[in-house]
Amino acid sequence: MTKSEAVSWFRIHEMFRFESFHMYGIIGTAVVLGAIIIAAMKRFKVKTLRDTMVGYMPMQLHVPRHLLAGSIFGLGWALMGACPGPMFVMLGQGFGIFALVILSATLGTFAYGVVKDHLPH
Amino acid sequence: MAIVTLFASPLEWISQPWHWSISGVAIAGILFLMTWMGRSFGVSTAFRNFCTMAGAGKKYDFFDINLKDENWRLAFVLGAVLGGFIGAHLLTSPEAVAISSETITHLKENFGISYPQGGGFLPTEIFNYSNPKGVILTIIGGFLVGFGARYGRGCTSGHAITGLSHLQLPSLLTVIGFFIGGLLMTWVIMPLIF
Repeated sequence: MTKSEAVSWFRIHEMFRFESFHMYGIIGTAVVLGAIIIAAMKRFKVKTLRDTMVGYMPMQLHVPRHLLAGSIFGLGWALMGACPGPMFVMLGQGFGIFALVILSATLGTFAYGVVKDHLPH
Repeated sequence: MAIVTLFASPLEWISQPWHWSISGVAIAGILFLMTWMGRSFGVSTAFRNFCTMAGAGKKYDFFDINLKDENWRLAFVLGAVLGGFIGAHLLTSPEAVAISSETITHLKENFGISYPQGGGFLPTEIFNYSNPKGVILTIIGGFLVGFGARYGRGCTSGHAITGLSHLQLPSLLTVIGFFIGGLLMTWVIMPLIF
């Protein structure tokens, strides 16, 4: 992630401004290859190391929830220029401020756990 | 001397910024390994685990989870920290991230952010502990990511990578949400606060 610059705040800003193909290239390659890999694993009934079949725990469709939750996440993603994985990478790179980002994200997660019964699901 | 050359050139090659397709293949590789391990690849659940570790499970059922099943995820985020350290300090790129000239001009003219800074990884003039505004934005940004990820039951890795690879409609809608929020922040809110 560091070497491909996917953890750069500037790369994320550039992506949301549609001024470079870089991030779309990374995500696009990952998803197309990922879909092929998952389809192949299902098709050939590959057993996992935990002796289960390849699957995805389905999520009940609830359009407002997906869009609302996604938007809240997106606001933070664009502001910090990092989603959860890169937060840890950036901390490792030596950007100490990301210790605070991770702490705040944990607090945000905690806040969700507290108020979740009052949100549309 | 010959040995030094042998080691120096691959190191020099690996220290250059990598093409986006390499990263895309690497992420798909991670997805494959995690799936093969019988796990569902997603990073943001680590924040939920931190809450559990801090004792939130005693009061809230949502955090009452068995951490033994989550060891792989905690190992993954520790690995991410280690990877960031190696990438930045042992395989340092010779130049700052080559973002587009349009973005550089926009940052300079509209936000007063000069480029490069933070090695091209972070506007460190804003995001540092001695800038109160940066600290407040950091707390807000982190909070939104943590809250949104849990409400949406997943972040970029869980939905944009894993969910889309499984062709899940809820994941596609969540990713559209990521962009609604991201575009709103980038085009509307940032020009007001930067």
